[in-house]
Amino acid sequence: MPPAPEAAAGLSRRSILSGGGAFAAGLLIAIELPWAAARAATASAPEPVPTGQRFNAFIHIAPDDRVTFTLPAVEMGQGVYTSQSQCIAEELDVALDKVVAAHAPPDQANYGSPVFVVQATGGSTTTMAWSAPLRRAGATARALLVAAAAARLRVDPASLSTENGVITHGPSGRSLRYGEVADAASRLKPPTEVALKDPGRFRLIGKPVHRIDTPDKAIGKTVYGIDVILPGMKFATLRSSPVLGGKVGNVDQAPALAVPGVKQVIVLDDLVAVVADNTWSAMQGLNALAIDWAPGANAGLDQATLWSDLEKASQGPGAVAKKEGDALAKLKDGTLFEASYELPYLAHAPMEMTNCTVHVQGGACEVWTGTQVPGFAQAGAAKALGITPDKVTINNHLIGGGFGRRLEVDGVIKAVRIAAKVDGPLKVIWSREEDIRQQLYRPLYHERLKARLENGRITAWHHRVTGGSVLAHWLPPAFKDGVDSDAVDGAAEVPYAVGDRLVEFVRHESAVPVAFWRGVGPNGSIFAIECFMDLIARKTGVDPLAFRRGLLEKNARALGVLNLAADKAGWGTPAPSLPSGARRGRGIALMNAFGSYLAAVADVAVSDEGDVNVTRLVIAADVGKVINPDILQAQIQGGAVFGLSAVLFGKITFAGGAVEQGNFNDYRILRIDEMPAIEVHIVPSTENSGGIGEPGTVVTQPAVANAVYAATGVQLTRMPIDRALIAKGA
Amino acid sequence: MPEFTINGEKRDVDVPSDMPLLWMLRDVLGMTGTKFGCGIAQCGACTVHLDGVAVRSCQLPVGRVGNRAITTIEGIGNTSAGAKIQKAWIDLEVIQCGYCQPGQIMSAAALLAGNPAPDDADIDAAMAGNLCRCGTYVRIREGIKHAARS
Ligand code: FES
Ligand code: FES
Repeated sequence: MPPAPEAAAGLSRRSILSGGGAFAAGLLIAIELPWAAARAATASAPEPVPTGQRFNAFIHIAPDDRVTFTLPAVEMGQGVYTSQSQCIAEELDVALDKVVAAHAPPDQANYGSPVFVVQATGGSTTTMAWSAPLRRAGATARALLVAAAAARLRVDPASLSTENGVITHGPSGRSLRYGEVADAASRLKPPTEVALKDPGRFRLIGKPVHRIDTPDKAIGKTVYGIDVILPGMKFATLRSSPVLGGKVGNVDQAPALAVPGVKQVIVLDDLVAVVADNTWSAMQGLNALAIDWAPGANAGLDQATLWSDLEKASQGPGAVAKKEGDALAKLKDGTLFEASYELPYLAHAPMEMTNCTVHVQGGACEVWTGTQVPGFAQAGAAKALGITPDKVTINNHLIGGGFGRRLEVDGVIKAVRIAAKVDGPLKVIWSREEDIRQQLYRPLYHERLKARLENGRITAWHHRVTGGSVLAHWLPPAFKDGVDSDAVDGAAEVPYAVGDRLVEFVRHESAVPVAFWRGVGPNGSIFAIECFMDLIARKTGVDPLAFRRGLLEKNARALGVLNLAADKAGWGTPAPSLPSGARRGRGIALMNAFGSYLAAVADVAVSDEGDVNVTRLVIAADVGKVINPDILQAQIQGGAVFGLSAVLFGKITFAGGAVEQGNFNDYRILRIDEMPAIEVHIVPSTENSGGIGEPGTVVTQPAVANAVYAATGVQLTRMPIDRALIAKGA
Repeated sequence: MPEFTINGEKRDVDVPSDMPLLWMLRDVLGMTGTKFGCGIAQCGACTVHLDGVAVRSCQLPVGRVGNRAITTIEGIGNTSAGAKIQKAWIDLEVIQCGYCQPGQIMSAAALLAGNPAPDDADIDAAMAGNLCRCGTYVRIREGIKHAARS
């Protein structure tokens, strides 16, 4: 397929939206939302003439040549400050090391995501959403600079060239720096059409350039939200009701106030916070309190009930997400397979725990935090205080790991409610325990699958996804006709030929609040499908790779990554020798979501006690056009590690209405000495860019589960892996 | 008032002797490069050096520092091993969100200072106490070897 046309329209809102044609199916929720229409309508308004040296919402060039990019997608480790800067700088013709990145303020009109419409960074959408608009922004600013220079030099703009922030007139050898014409250029009317660079001339896009945020991070200079220090600031920590939805009953404040450094105890209906001169004193003060809680309606909630209620709901009926032919009729007889897979609640546990610094004064509020959703943070703070959003200033920061946690603003709202009772600025820090116990979790999912097999081919398919809906609370207009398009992402469209099919969603909410979590819906749906593929293959005595290949004849990209991963992993050869006594196995999995195709092969060794050691992971990826291949590698490796932690250890469980885990001792994440060797093989591609942050997480989990199945003969259907069920002789 | 040597500078700091060093650095001195990750010796984000030995500052009351020299991420670049690790981290783009990395770099620098050619087992032993939620372990391992070769 030839590269997408590189000439593009100007920077109007309409052109950003019409870029939707390039987005991967399944993620394109934007155009179905009411805001999208409103936004398209405003696009017909005339382009405002820029003033000063600001060229557009993204680019500012100072007279001294300093270039500042205001970046719409938030940096939380995934490398988007660099990849977005590559896109702008490529077209603007400036060097990356001259660029300063600025955090975008809450500003829906300028920084609202073309995919989500709201201003949000997530869902592995940054590259597909922003590459084209940012390239156009860079090209537009460059055209203005060239026009201003042409006027100054009295030459034809076509006779000018640009390189590294300098405009040169070849014939005369005269040149001007961007800073010299920035002011004049920014007053010109932007062209409605700009030509984008031919990919053959790229210096930055597609190259493994160094990240712009690394040098400061390597010397401890980066200021995350948790590092904010303001004059006169106090420190607080908090405890919310351990039981979901419980309230504070009685609390004697005296023991906390007796702790040196403690200034104030704040009791709200659902939480207690202690304010002190430093975090340590605040923690000591909080620990000194004996808080009586009124646990409320959820005191009896336990995990066994959560599982069984979900299973009951999964009996249906469900809302139809996809229907082709008459799967149910065909699933009445013939050779049938049926299985259900259950996925646990999971906490995000980014290394930077929830925190937020707030100063409430004079009817206004200023917030310092790291958020994936600056607009939601602003609106949440305003609502908590009963003021209008324009009275709330959000100062965003680099984030010490998001994974979906910072798509929620519960932390901002709690911090604002606490800070409203305090004079002066207040930094509120969650303990790790509070962070793990008081958040929104990856939903509990029940994935029910049924298939009919005829001559080695699947001819009918029924997949019913049951779980809480993240979209229904996060972006209510996107939850339509009873279907959560995220929960069935990866199920509604499958890479395999499966004949007649019916895909359904059953919304089943419990008292547990739910959130997006790295890998989102496909973590459940694709896990189930890939385990089910292995189940059918092994029950019919067919090699799992061969079985998948037979269903992928019409899907070249999927087949491509599957074959590459199998080839590099040496599928069909014995797994390498392992500790004596260990059972060894190799598993394969495929995923197509986020506009990307990945396949993974995992080797495992399972001890007699049922401990699973993942010894090698080989991943093949076709993610379309790549902005930065080094960041791509890092994201797939990191995503895989996230998936390993989930499949080997990850679960949040409830007893008596409270979360049972609290810190990294009982909510385990993978350590370096548990790491397999990871190989990532990239398929060169000119297809549209897909997401890269989440696919590695999605594909790794079923690859490991299938390897354990191969090693032990036991297919585990509830995650994480339960060693008791695969101990020798179990 | 107790006196501390931090990154080669003498500092007088008046804090209760049971306050963990982590909070003296972060909240009292404003040296926020050292991170809070768990508070219970599980994650290593708070790692600093006392006389070159990697310790978890969340578990170390300042009263137990004594006259040992404290080195933090802000000062480790002045040591040969620290500078090599930081350069390797940049060369190989080890870092993602970066929040765990001050601790990773401090642990790696202590390893390299005592063992100029660590193998995989040495790296596992020295680095297993440092969690990285972004999953940078593959490159941490490569980074240490790269630094050792430099
Ligand atoms: S904060 Fe000290 S080990 Fe985690
Ligand atoms: S780089 Fe993000 S936690 Fe390690």
